[in-house]
Amino acid sequence: MKLDKRVLREAGNVRQYLFIVAGLGTIAGLLVVSQAYLLSQVVNGAFLVGSTISQLWPLLVGLLVVFVGRSLISWASEIVGNRAAEQVKGNLRKSLYQRLLQLGPGYTRGERSGELTNTLTSGVEALDGYFSQYLPQMFLTVIIPLMVLVATFATDLLSGIVLLLTAPILPFFMALVGWAAEAKAKQQFKSLSLLSAHFLDVLQGLPTLKLLGRSQAQTEIIGRISERFRKTTMSVLQVAFLSSLVMELGATLSTAIIAVEIGLRLLYSQISFEAAFFVLLLAPEFYLPIRALGTKYHAGMAGSGASKRIADILDTPLPNDNTLPVTQVPSKTGPQIIRFEGVSFRYPNQEQLTLENITFEIKPGQKVALVGPTGSGKSTLASVLLRFNEPYAGQIWQNDNPITLWSAAGWRKNVAVVPQNPYLFNKSVADNIRLAKPEATLEEVVQAARLANAHEFILGLPQGYNTLIGERGARLSGGQAQRLSLARAFLKNTPLLILDEATSNLDFENQALIMEATRLLMLDRTTLIITHRLSTVRDADQIFVLENGRIVDFGNHAALLQTEGVYQDLLGVRSEVRGVAQ
Amino acid sequence: MKNTLLRLLGLVVPFKGWIALAILLGVATVGSGVGLLTTSAYLISAAALHPSVAVLSVAIVGVRFFGITRGIFRYLERYVSHMVTFKLLARLRVWFYQAVEPLAPARLLEKNYHSGNLLGRVVSDIETLQEFYVRVLAPPLVAVVVGVVLWFWFGAYEATLALTFLTFFILAGVGVPVLAYILSRKLGQDIISQRSELAVEIVDGIQGMADLLAFGQEHQQAARIEKLNRQLLKLQRRQAWVKGLQESLGNILMNLAAWSMFIIASGLVRDNKLEPIYLAPILLATLASFEAVLPLPLAMQNLSSCLEAARRLFELVDAKPAVVSPANPLPLPNNYSLSVKNLSFAYQSDQPLVLNNLSFELSQGHTLAIVGTSGVGKSTIVNLLLRFWDYNQGQILLGGQELRDYSPDDLHKIISVISQTTHLFNTSIRENILLARPAATQDEIESAARQAQIHNFIQSLPQGYDTRIGEQGLRLSGGERQRLAIARAILKDAPILILDEATSNLDALTEHEVLLALEKFQQGRTTLIITHRPVELEKVDEILVLKGVAQC
Repeated sequence: MKLDKRVLREAGNVRQYLFIVAGLGTIAGLLVVSQAYLLSQVVNGAFLVGSTISQLWPLLVGLLVVFVGRSLISWASEIVGNRAAEQVKGNLRKSLYQRLLQLGPGYTRGERSGELTNTLTSGVEALDGYFSQYLPQMFLTVIIPLMVLVATFATDLLSGIVLLLTAPILPFFMALVGWAAEAKAKQQFKSLSLLSAHFLDVLQGLPTLKLLGRSQAQTEIIGRISERFRKTTMSVLQVAFLSSLVMELGATLSTAIIAVEIGLRLLYSQISFEAAFFVLLLAPEFYLPIRALGTKYHAGMAGSGASKRIADILDTPLPNDNTLPVTQVPSKTGPQIIRFEGVSFRYPNQEQLTLENITFEIKPGQKVALVGPTGSGKSTLASVLLRFNEPYAGQIWQNDNPITLWSAAGWRKNVAVVPQNPYLFNKSVADNIRLAKPEATLEEVVQAARLANAHEFILGLPQGYNTLIGERGARLSGGQAQRLSLARAFLKNTPLLILDEATSNLDFENQALIMEATRLLMLDRTTLIITHRLSTVRDADQIFVLENGRIVDFGNHAALLQTEGVYQDLLGVRSEVRGVAQ
Repeated sequence: MKNTLLRLLGLVVPFKGWIALAILLGVATVGSGVGLLTTSAYLISAAALHPSVAVLSVAIVGVRFFGITRGIFRYLERYVSHMVTFKLLARLRVWFYQAVEPLAPARLLEKNYHSGNLLGRVVSDIETLQEFYVRVLAPPLVAVVVGVVLWFWFGAYEATLALTFLTFFILAGVGVPVLAYILSRKLGQDIISQRSELAVEIVDGIQGMADLLAFGQEHQQAARIEKLNRQLLKLQRRQAWVKGLQESLGNILMNLAAWSMFIIASGLVRDNKLEPIYLAPILLATLASFEAVLPLPLAMQNLSSCLEAARRLFELVDAKPAVVSPANPLPLPNNYSLSVKNLSFAYQSDQPLVLNNLSFELSQGHTLAIVGTSGVGKSTIVNLLLRFWDYNQGQILLGGQELRDYSPDDLHKIISVISQTTHLFNTSIRENILLARPAATQDEIESAARQAQIHNFIQSLPQGYDTRIGEQGLRLSGGERQRLAIARAILKDAPILILDEATSNLDALTEHEVLLALEKFQQGRTTLIITHRPVELEKVDEILVLKGVAQC
């Protein structure tokens, strides 16, 4: 079981802690031997020599010192192990998030976000066991048995040989029985988590099951699946537990062999009682660290599994090189022309181009709409303009400058986005709007909210602008979230605007309010609109129809409606229905 | 808390035979360790007095015996205790499911309003409880038995020996865990809340990354995460401090016990109350017996997390069902007309009305659309029609009879619902459709899928109808999911159809396809359409517009 090298490197210098652990382990080993020695001396004194307690007192005080010493050492080891883990976890969490920021939303969005969150929280936490438990125990497992072995050899050759012979047998059998079984056990634990997933699935689907009249039948199914799982698991565990059987048997049988061997030699006076008792006390100490390693194995395993995932993230190649300073920012004043010139884009690990040779221009203050079926590349195009993704070929120009003249972060200061699903943070409403401008005063925030038609509903919330949003606070409807997002864009006040419009979940009222605010926002701004909505398309100066990453048609609404093609397919259905409803 | 513990124990009671066996094996394992060291020490002590070999033979047999039994008992103990764990797991799942099934969905949703994660927590709570036996119940019981056995043994020599042993044994087994618990209780809570705060910021930082980057706030977020990260680590540092203290205390108590026992036993030897040959065995027996108490601090921590988990589960399970099935339910009607009269409803008595004095008629075979902005109670109407909740003001009549007089289970047989929340299970497509009618043939399934415009898509999948849906398998788009739900409804063939925002999440093209599929199916069925958009409203007999409370 090994930790990924990359993770170790990123973890920084934990070597200093490991040296301390090794040093503490050496002292612990010395104390183990001293304790056995002192105990054998006092027992010998009281049992055979007939010493009184007062005669033994110096030895007994010595024992007390050793006890305290051992406890302090074990306490210190725990603390040092934790420091090592702390350093690793702290550094990794930081560099993981930095890496994710560099990889950008293209990498973190969607299905992956839950798993990434998990890696940053419990994945990093899983390394704790490896660094604070498993690794220190590894050192102890090497150091202490070695010192015990030396002490035993020095006292009694034969017992030393017994220990020496059994020592490699233990790990050998462990390996033989253990690894195969361990792999199976791991598989079994995986199916245990599948079983949990099934149970969760059933609970989530309970209303559906009820409607279909199948909910009571599930009781029996849950019971049956759990029972079947138990049977198969137990048959696997039968084998998996063999490793602990071997472990225990090895340790206790060798202790028993040594006890009988020295007992018989003691009978024939080939060894002294104190030496025999000393060896008997040492024998269990010899196996103890090896057995303890077994119990900490799982803690280590979890860490090793997590480290692979962490290394994967750290090793994901970065899509673009953000070396330019953020301080250089495109001028916010003056007309803005945006020009796409032969822009192509391909996602990593995909053969097909998502955008192919896109060329178009948005004149200052113009509104250009992009329409196209799901998967046609509309959102990718917006992400390229936002520099979440770098084009594979081609260039985007602002006036006469390629936008790569600035760093991605610098460029983004020039652009405001109203995304399809604006993310609301677990913060107050005001702070959510302030995302666009952290230093904004409350007046500015309110002003932006007013422009976005959000002021009214915000005042209706329990604590107005201070209402918390999210799990611990108010839940906003899709339309309300959209209006907060518009408020952000008003507050940011940039000459360039990207609207990625949500297609659904908006009711009449919200829709009207949003349309009004959106029109206001687009005034005098160079705007790229990604839309399904007829009302916005109709207002656009130019419409580009995207299909399979290519521009297949363009023109204004009236012209496009006349030509047969994707545009009609996309909007024809809707306009018919809308005509009826209106 | 006491009550929770008793109820928790009640869940374990059916396995008392197995548990007794597992504990016996646990005691035997520790006992073998004690026995091995004790007989070994006795063997050496006896040998030092140079008797005949015959005198030693009993001790030698003892040493060999315990040397072998320890491993075997450990093996059997692990086997049996895992068996108990899995039996407990199966029982907990069935128990919880049976208790919660009558409560769904009303009581589950009510508790759910703040966190979408309730069910996920239920599953992990049950996973915590599955360890209740191995990690909480077994360690103290084994320790008690071991303590009592040694108490009797040492008591046979001299009362002070037994008392000294017991004092240290209890100090290590009860004192240290309680001390560690007191020292770490607040710390543990702080760590949990700090950790969840960090998780919230990380979720914000990952899911909200596009917004953060777009507004140039990524470094501020990174700084916030880093700050919470360091705070959490600082708390964990203190936790390690307590953990180290607790382990050190356990060890020093074990050693001090052996030390004190030795001094007392030496005194007894001097006074000729104890044969000197027992000195070494007593010393080693004391050391070995502490194996039983060293895991107790951990058991104490596990106890509190188990009680927390159990308390949450009991709280859920203890809710009264929102709906009671009538004692003598009416037989299902022949006429599927719906009539709502002066209906008012609030989810809880202290909450505002969601529906106020609502009335409408929907005659058999006709289609009615209910339109309104979000939050005006459209879905509430569906919940009431399905009898997920019960109304108490006004009337809902089905076939002229009060809806409350039918049993909910019967009602579900005659109503099909297609909604955004239709759940697809993590199993094959076939099984998902079959849920509607387990006895359906393949032909019937395919015909339903054809009508729902999804057959060709299914055929195009590598394993066709046997393709698995969900995490491990196929990811379906919104339109595909919706059409599978429609296939299900078609197979179910119920006379009443409710379309609850059935096409809201679809893009225009897909929506069109789905609407086509539905159109045919609607014919002849009493249909209620719930929507906030006008798109679906072409083939509707009547439209009802809901506008907030106190309307219609």
